[in-house]
Amino acid sequence: MEKDGVNQERRRFLIATTSIAGAVGLAGAAIPFIKSWTPSEKAKAAGASVKVNIQTLEAGQQIIVEWRGRPIFLLRRTPEMLSNLKKNIYNILDPESKKSVQPNNCKNTFRSINDDLLVITGICTHLGCSPKYLPEIKPMPFDSKWQGGYHCPCHGSMFDLAGRVYKGVPAPTNLDVPPYYFENNDVIVIGQANEGLS
Amino acid sequence: MASKLLLWIDERFPLSKLFKEHLSEYYAPKNFNIWYIFGVLSLVILVNQLLTGLWLTMSYQPSAEEAFASVEYIMRDVHLGWLIRYLHSTGASAFFIVIYLHMFRGILYGSYQKPRELVWLFGMAIYLCLMAEGFMGYLLPWGQMSYWGAQVIISLFGAIPWIGEALQEWIRGDYLISGITLNRFFALHVIALPIALLGLVVLHIIALHEVGSNNPDGIEIKDNKDNKGIPLDGIPFHPYYTVKDLVGVVIFLIVFCAVIFFFPEMGGYFLEHANFEQADNLKTPEHIAPVWYFSPFYAMLRAVPDKLGGIIIMGSALGFLFVLPWLDRSIVRSIRYKGVFSKIAITVFAISFIALAYLGTQAVTESNTLYSRAFTILYFAFFLFMPFYTRYEKTNLPPKRVT
Repeated sequence: MEKDGVNQERRRFLIATTSIAGAVGLAGAAIPFIKSWTPSEKAKAAGASVKVNIQTLEAGQQIIVEWRGRPIFLLRRTPEMLSNLKKNIYNILDPESKKSVQPNNCKNTFRSINDDLLVITGICTHLGCSPKYLPEIKPMPFDSKWQGGYHCPCHGSMFDLAGRVYKGVPAPTNLDVPPYYFENNDVIVIGQANEGLS
Repeated sequence: MASKLLLWIDERFPLSKLFKEHLSEYYAPKNFNIWYIFGVLSLVILVNQLLTGLWLTMSYQPSAEEAFASVEYIMRDVHLGWLIRYLHSTGASAFFIVIYLHMFRGILYGSYQKPRELVWLFGMAIYLCLMAEGFMGYLLPWGQMSYWGAQVIISLFGAIPWIGEALQEWIRGDYLISGITLNRFFALHVIALPIALLGLVVLHIIALHEVGSNNPDGIEIKDNKDNKGIPLDGIPFHPYYTVKDLVGVVIFLIVFCAVIFFFPEMGGYFLEHANFEQADNLKTPEHIAPVWYFSPFYAMLRAVPDKLGGIIIMGSALGFLFVLPWLDRSIVRSIRYKGVFSKIAITVFAISFIALAYLGTQAVTESNTLYSRAFTILYFAFFLFMPFYTRYEKTNLPPKRVT
């Protein structure tokens, strides 16, 4: 393979190995740049659990608290709301919450530990907007047979008052239920599933 | 003296050569019409954005605590800060207006066809880069719409199977959009993307000047040359088009200034009302809509009742634009000589795009969703059937020389 004193085969081999070594080096050099974009230690440290006193939360009333920067909805449901939830299951996509995210003790019809108290992450599972609480049963511009629930203003996803998603809307799963437990009758701790555990 | 200096430079740098190649001896077709002003206008706006953007960074604070207040500081306390900011915010919308018209010109006259495929592809890359610029820039004022708009767009990545969640977190650098996200978007908005944008503009123009400009007749002016090799239907870009373009630039600036001084928010389309409220991570505004230049794609996203499906539709709406040069199988370039099906298709496409842009800014209702679906189908029909209607329709014979 010698031509004019040049060994072509060796030249090709050297060019190929140098290129490969260079490419590996470049890939390695990219690591710090990519890694530096992941959440910093400071960002990871923020996000401890929050305590909420729910003594004054009345039936039908919803309050919003912040946990890990996200809105958490706390809703005290009325008996009518609960009986409606049992009735309206035909147009619910995942009524048994099989594909949805919740602690095991909330994997039930009402998606809660205590039937009346709903604790739910107020972030739409579609594209992350915060759904609106619209409890009244009345025709709405987006749904003429509205049964009360949550409606996402961004892309029109609809959830019932257990955060279960309706069929035919963009959101793929029910609203997430965060881990929580009752410290006593009036105080709830959000962000931890059990006392002592974290 | 001046000629001696020029000689000194030319021996060291190809100044005269570059001037000739790209201006005084770059022959452009003599039949350019009004559609051909938008390329120059986009350059004018690019300069405006770079200059005003640079000045804004001098007073803006890219942190979650100070961003919103620093924008108000620019608006109220910095001398003529309001003017600089309105030039920048109105400039963003103006940029998209002229870019959309510039792209539509390309579609009308088949400017993407062989041998100008790369001109089109570089142009599309510029368009994507601009969308990223617009998106990241919109987060910086840290208003409600900034925050929730970014939340939605970053969540789009969450729909990618398997890696979605991790990718989202990587882009945000946090579990939610926070000051960390704001800071990195600022860096990308003012450094990375403008550099990429300038590079792409250079590539776009080099590719254009290599193959020469198309024209409303869609015929090659290089096919008819005089004995010196100069196209018979071409005129030097400088001074003919530089002077002509100046008129266009002046008219554009009059309109642009009228908007800046009298309607800088454009009724909530250029600067959305919800953005005059500071970002609140617990409350989505009643009615959230993207800025108008993203709204056609947003309307398509909303029209699909499936998370991943909606994002695929949105992505392919852009993807089809990229492959346009290979979808058009027509033997003629310009709409003037294409058949009746192409004319109908382009009209329907333009109407669909505008209708989707409108629907994307409106609230979700049952009828709006139905309309969005219909127009999304029409938008895609333009591309999907293009290989057939452009190939089999009866075309007219283009003239030998430009008209």
